[in-house]
Amino acid sequence: MLDTTREVEVPEGITLSLPVASLVSRSLAFLIDLLIRFAIIFVALQIFAIFGDLGSGFVLIAMFLVEWFYPVLFEVFYHGQTLGKKVMGIMVINDDGTPIDWSSSIVRNLLRFADFLPFMYAFGFLSMMFSRDFKRLGDFAAGTLVVHKLEQIDKAEQSTLDGLAPKVPLTLEEQSAIIGFTERAAKMSPSRVNELAGFLGPWLDQDKIKQGKESAAVQLSRIAKWLRGHK
Amino acid sequence: MRQEEFEQRYQEEWRQFENKVVLAESVTGKKAEKQNILREFAQHYRQLCYCLALARERQYSPYLIQKLEALVFRGHQIFYQKRLGIFRRIYQFILFGFPVAVREQSRFVWIATALFYFPGLMVFLFTLIFPEMVYAVVDPEMVSRIESMYDPTADRLGRERQSDTDFMMFGYYIRNNIGIAFQSFAGGILATLGTQFFLIYNGVFFGAIDAHIINIGYTETFYGFVAGHSSYELTGIVLSGAAGLQLGWAVIAPGRFSRKQALINAGKQAMVLVYGAIFLLLIAAFVEAFWSSMSSIPVSTKYWVGIAGWVVVIGYLTLLGRGRRG
Repeated sequence: MLDTTREVEVPEGITLSLPVASLVSRSLAFLIDLLIRFAIIFVALQIFAIFGDLGSGFVLIAMFLVEWFYPVLFEVFYHGQTLGKKVMGIMVINDDGTPIDWSSSIVRNLLRFADFLPFMYAFGFLSMMFSRDFKRLGDFAAGTLVVHKLEQIDKAEQSTLDGLAPKVPLTLEEQSAIIGFTERAAKMSPSRVNELAGFLGPWLDQDKIKQGKESAAVQLSRIAKWLRGHK
Repeated sequence: MRQEEFEQRYQEEWRQFENKVVLAESVTGKKAEKQNILREFAQHYRQLCYCLALARERQYSPYLIQKLEALVFRGHQIFYQKRLGIFRRIYQFILFGFPVAVREQSRFVWIATALFYFPGLMVFLFTLIFPEMVYAVVDPEMVSRIESMYDPTADRLGRERQSDTDFMMFGYYIRNNIGIAFQSFAGGILATLGTQFFLIYNGVFFGAIDAHIINIGYTETFYGFVAGHSSYELTGIVLSGAAGLQLGWAVIAPGRFSRKQALINAGKQAMVLVYGAIFLLLIAAFVEAFWSSMSSIPVSTKYWVGIAGWVVVIGYLTLLGRGRRG
């Protein structure tokens, strides 16, 4: 399948397919983080202004920490997510799918400077465009990957219909296509669902559909139910 | 086995495992309680992996597979996390990890030293002979600012300051100097070019300023100021440069690894030097802010402290941790 997933084999003998995050979601996450960083420094300025020169010392140290270590601290202590990444639903992990550790996180964030060169993240942009997993230079050196956090999709509610055996024998692929279709049906408009289901014409029991007893979509969902093992 | 049967049979196990995962992911919570619930985690995790493999093989619905995938991924993240134990590691690092790493990477350290000091020394000598050369290297405004900083008639030394601004300068040195060290490290990934630029540029800058100060006769105030922290700061700059060179060398000559893997390996090793550079530059910032700027201390004392600093740094890097691997 043509897709931006990265297959990682784990010691348990299975593969995890991780959806790699693209340039757009990463840039947006970066912009959100940038705003948050400005906000932190702004707040620090207000608070430490009371303490005069001692305060400006603290502000400078805070600026140093926020400039270089804001992403590091979040990535290490907050499941690989800065606040911006959290909003965008993406996270940083090591190439082998394990959670990111101190040294990888520090490497990738120090090298942010090299990605920034010669201006406005030009090297980082080129590197992301020409690499398979949208890696910037820092990701290469640290061996890290930015992926979309895997979400569990909600199951459409159980219908009270009973299962229906399909008229023709179906291959495994066809079966899973039908089951997958009915699970996603809730996200589409009813007419679109019926239109798609209608393509299966000869496979369905046309008599009932013509009589108006049940739509193609409903019949298909009954077949899916039967395929899942419900009699 | 049909999908519904399969789901019903394992549902309870998956739910229990998810509870454990949620508990392990939470930042709060009692340690003992966590330990207790995490017992048998490995077993359950493997069971879940088995379920996922089965579900894929039998081509169960995408909903089920994705649900299991997401759960396996979360379990994987918990199962394979590394122990942090940061304080112990910092202590071990300072005691032997850092000096051992410097000696292991002596090739890059020497090259960085040469890149930093050699052009600097040349410019220093040239500027001594042709005093106006300073203006070719350093921008005239900067020169006059530095002149006013080390004017012997001023009562405080270093970058211009009024009264009690030591701590502010401490913050300034941290942000500025460590920031430059980070940049010179990061620039290394461009086939060492960025690092070379930073090392040579800084060396030349220091060389020109040093010679200019001698030319105009502000020697005592200037060297009195820089002596104390010179050892930590210059060594810190050189070591961050060495780390950058190491990174870039992996890009130029990856050896028997793929370029990608060589870069990852070099990054891991080079980080030790970067941490060391941070350590030295923190000391430098502290000394520079609170010691070097004191004008009540006689210049000879400052020179001796400066020399002692060099002895400490060189001794530390060459002697500590011998017979141990970092």
